[in-house]
Amino acid sequence: MTQVRFLFRRIAFYAVTAWAAITMNFLIPRLMPGSPENTVLSRFQGQVSQEQIDAVKAQLGVSDAGILSQYGTYWKDLLSGDLGLSVSYFPGEVSEVIGQGVWWTVVLIGVATAISFVLGTLLGVLAAWKRGSRLDALLPLTTFLSAVPYFWIALVALSVFGVELGLFPLTGGYRPELEVGWSGEFISSALSHSVLPALTIIVSSIAGWLLGMRNMMLTTISEDYVLVAEAKGLRTRRVMLGYAARNALLPNISGFAMSLGFIVSGSIVTETVFSYPGIGFLLYNAVLNNDYPLMQGIFLIITLMVLFANFVVDLCYVVLDPRIRQEA
Amino acid sequence: MAATATIVTAETAPAPAKARRGIPLLRSGKALTGVVIFGIFILLAVIGPWIAPDDPSQTGGPVLQSPSGAHLLGTTQSGQDVLSQVLTGARTSMLVGVVAATLATALAVLIGVTAGYVGGWTDDILSMLTNIFLVIPALPLTIVLTGYLEGGGWFPIAVVISVTGWAFGARLQRAQTLSLRNRDYIKAARAVGERPWRIVTVELVPNLGAIIISGFLFTFIFAILTEASLSFLGLGSMTTWSWGTTLYWAQNSSAFTTGAWWWYVPPGLCIALVGASLSLINFGADELMNPRLAPVAKRNRKARRAQRRQAAAAGAAGKEATP
Repeated sequence: MTQVRFLFRRIAFYAVTAWAAITMNFLIPRLMPGSPENTVLSRFQGQVSQEQIDAVKAQLGVSDAGILSQYGTYWKDLLSGDLGLSVSYFPGEVSEVIGQGVWWTVVLIGVATAISFVLGTLLGVLAAWKRGSRLDALLPLTTFLSAVPYFWIALVALSVFGVELGLFPLTGGYRPELEVGWSGEFISSALSHSVLPALTIIVSSIAGWLLGMRNMMLTTISEDYVLVAEAKGLRTRRVMLGYAARNALLPNISGFAMSLGFIVSGSIVTETVFSYPGIGFLLYNAVLNNDYPLMQGIFLIITLMVLFANFVVDLCYVVLDPRIRQEA
Repeated sequence: MAATATIVTAETAPAPAKARRGIPLLRSGKALTGVVIFGIFILLAVIGPWIAPDDPSQTGGPVLQSPSGAHLLGTTQSGQDVLSQVLTGARTSMLVGVVAATLATALAVLIGVTAGYVGGWTDDILSMLTNIFLVIPALPLTIVLTGYLEGGGWFPIAVVISVTGWAFGARLQRAQTLSLRNRDYIKAARAVGERPWRIVTVELVPNLGAIIISGFLFTFIFAILTEASLSFLGLGSMTTWSWGTTLYWAQNSSAFTTGAWWWYVPPGLCIALVGASLSLINFGADELMNPRLAPVAKRNRKARRAQRRQAAAAGAAGKEATP
């Protein structure tokens, strides 16, 4: 029962958060100073029908209709998947433009975050278990790495591995002459293009997992049940992973929500350094071109994806934490 | 039971010692290093623009020169002095950090303490608000908000950063307020009829000090990194120099493909050093509050020292009590 109640409460929370983000997205163009519609319309000059002009105006909050009816229209459009027209990819629809970029980002951030989480957590376990050994040298290093901006690591990685050593391609997500598809050539090209961006994300985000895990491990190691487990003569590995690490893992996972926001933020800038064809690079171009509809569409999609990822993590939490599974 | 008892004394005992003997935080090597590095950058933020050898925007010098006596950190593609840009940029970057962190911390204390102290549906709503802002990724929101700002210098950017960065602190404040709310001294204050406002400002907030400072430092790192990212993307204030602006121009002129490391390494290092110094201070504070985290070798020494101190304090307390 508690399990169901926990899940129900989390779903309710994500529903409210999604509503808040969607509403914020509606309010931002209406509350911020300036008149974006002029910028947008001057770019559209002579290319669009009156109907499309009205649509752009309505989206940016220039409308004679009352705010509530605008809000209603906004929801209706949103639910039918209509995010408006992009300015910079005119006459492309925002939803189409995002659809092309989103998978690049999902795969890049997904894989990089998974590697970083597993590696960072394992290193954190070791750093805590072998405290006082040479592994302690990881601490100042990770402190430094956690404070370095992602994009700077990206720049350094690019100049060292890309330019000096020539190991990896410098920009883009694949060789431009290739056709996007499931051909071996395309996949290997996409892989080699993704190494440096992924490496940047891993190097920058690993510190958080490592330090969080180490600090929690140090707390669980001094618990009585670990002492008992050692006294019983269990193997070191079993005590370390099954007793100390397993209990230290939960707080590290519950810190996921905040970390993911940071990682996604860092990845957006990383994508622009490598001109990686994901939605971070799209967002950058949207802002440069005053493409307000695209900008907002991307904000919305990123937020909803982060919410979804957090929900998945909550599901894992239910599996991992027996306190939620058991009936109270 | 014995374990909980020792934890309680360990938590409460150092407090009087702290009040008597300066700042215990600085006894930690990590924290001291952090404070020194951070102090140097605060100093640079104040005097940087004055001691900069050249005008950071002045072009016409030798182009893309590696570091030399005339230009200690070399020059940019348009012949600007990199050292002058880094020194001048220190002020903007640190100023954004200070202003954004101050505003965000004020907001965090206001919301977190209110939620924790008042409780009930006020707490429900404010906690919900805090959690929403924690989950929504900050940088995309900041980018969209600054996208609608047209110019205006560094101040609006600092305000936007504080709007997107207060939630973390608020959660800390709320948790700590909840744990303090039912302590005896607060109950006593309530029992003698103190007004809620006075209880919060006089009894509660001073005891949140450590948490408030730690939240401030985290927000400071967040603000400096966010400002750097925005400027690097060309979305910051382009009228003032900051470390991010220098990196933006370096990236735009492909400094990294031409091997002009002296252009992009110094501003990035500055950002990293400020961030690392604040993390070090936070580590020191963590170790102070949770002795299990302290380095092993030092721990025994520290424990002995703490014991001696406790004994001394007990002796002093005894003396005070006799007359």
